Amino acid sequence: MSMRLLRLFGGRNATAPVARERLQILLSHERGLLGQSDLLVTLREEILAVVSKHVALDPDKVLVKLERGKTVSTLEVDIEVPNNFDKSKAIAERRMAG
Amino acid sequence: MAKVLVVTSGKGGVGKTTSTAALGAALAQSGQSVVVVDFDVGLRNLDLVMGAERRVVFDLINVVQGVAKLPQALIRDKRLENLWLLPASQTRDKDALTDEGVGRVIGELRSRFDWILCDSPAGIERGATLAMRYADEAVIVTNPEVSSVRDSDRIIGMLDSKTVRAERGERVEKHVLITRYDPARAARGEMLNIDDILEILATPLLGIIPESQDVLKASNVGTPVTLNDADSAPARAYVDASRRLMGEQVAMVVPAERRGFMNRLLGRRAA
Ligand SMILES: Nc1ncnc2c1ncn2[C@@H]1O[C@H](COP(=O)(O)OP(=O)(O)OP(=O)(O)O)[C@@H](O)[C@H]1O
Ligand SMILES: [Mg+2]
Repeated sequence: MSMRLLRLFGGRNATAPVARERLQILLSHERGLLGQSDLLVTLREEILAVVSKHVALDPDKVLVKLERGKTVSTLEVDIEVPNNFDKSKAIAERRMAG
Repeated sequence: MAKVLVVTSGKGGVGKTTSTAALGAALAQSGQSVVVVDFDVGLRNLDLVMGAERRVVFDLINVVQGVAKLPQALIRDKRLENLWLLPASQTRDKDALTDEGVGRVIGELRSRFDWILCDSPAGIERGATLAMRYADEAVIVTNPEVSSVRDSDRIIGMLDSKTVRAERGERVEKHVLITRYDPARAARGEMLNIDDILEILATPLLGIIPESQDVLKASNVGTPVTLNDADSAPARAYVDASRRLMGEQVAMVVPAERRGFMNRLLGRRAA
């Protein structure tokens, strides 16, 4: 009886699960934002430079994300490549647009 | 080989200085030679918690700037002969610390001690980054509440990117130390669960220090809690944590309530 009573109280007032949920969501965002600093910015620029030698890219379509896991983290590189590979044309277009 | 360990948190007032003193004393008690270094320039407190405030002559900044030699600034503990303190300056500000100067002092400390415990200031600014800069290991002091966990997450990110080890592609060994854990509030589901904290931070647990009057009593008299009342719950938890730092396997004890059922029901705090 006493334990059930306790659990009842605990259950009604338990705010810890809410805290956990909020933290998990918040941190997944913050890690993404923070991941943009330093290392990831450098990585992104260098990847962009390497790929741009061969393929005309829209720099905004190069995404680099880092996800921290328990034992390993994953670096996710997502590059959108246009179907039209004509580099000079794309660059010329960008110049005109800019 | 010497180990440099930073005690850090991001958030202020979570128990970094208390933990630095307690872990330092516990390591020294088990025979290791230990120096605790106060990086909280301008707001030093480690000297007070260690009971050495009246013996400070020179400080970290004097040594970094070459005004004093390291042996002149080191203060030997009155109770344990292999425990030393390198105090922070109370008057200067943290801009007086340079990366290169801190590196030199840490290098010198490495040749003299088994353990170099760096008490970080709160925040993520220069003082905190310098305190962690040369660390091999880190104790991330975390209270079981949302803002502390969030700041710990931020600090973990910095340990993985802004330390010398990280820049060399090496790992800083990280441990979470949960402090000010209140078993009564945990039982009522009011406090973040330990498993949840560890899962969120994805970092192993070094220990759980209960909220306790014994911590306050120890700091009142200027004695690390592990020396002041070795039988108290926080002292035992810190000693266990120090043994884990030395690589021992010690079963984790989750602090439990020591109060009557009626008190628990009414949510009264322990006297
Ligand atoms: N386990 C505990 N039980 C009760 N009180 C505690 C405990 N740990 C720390 N305290 C108290 O909390 C306060 C802050 O502790 P402490 O100075 O160690 O934190 P800090 O992280 O170093 O703070 P700062 O960020 O200002 O440097 C102190 O009054 C200390 O006595
Ligand atoms: Mg402090």
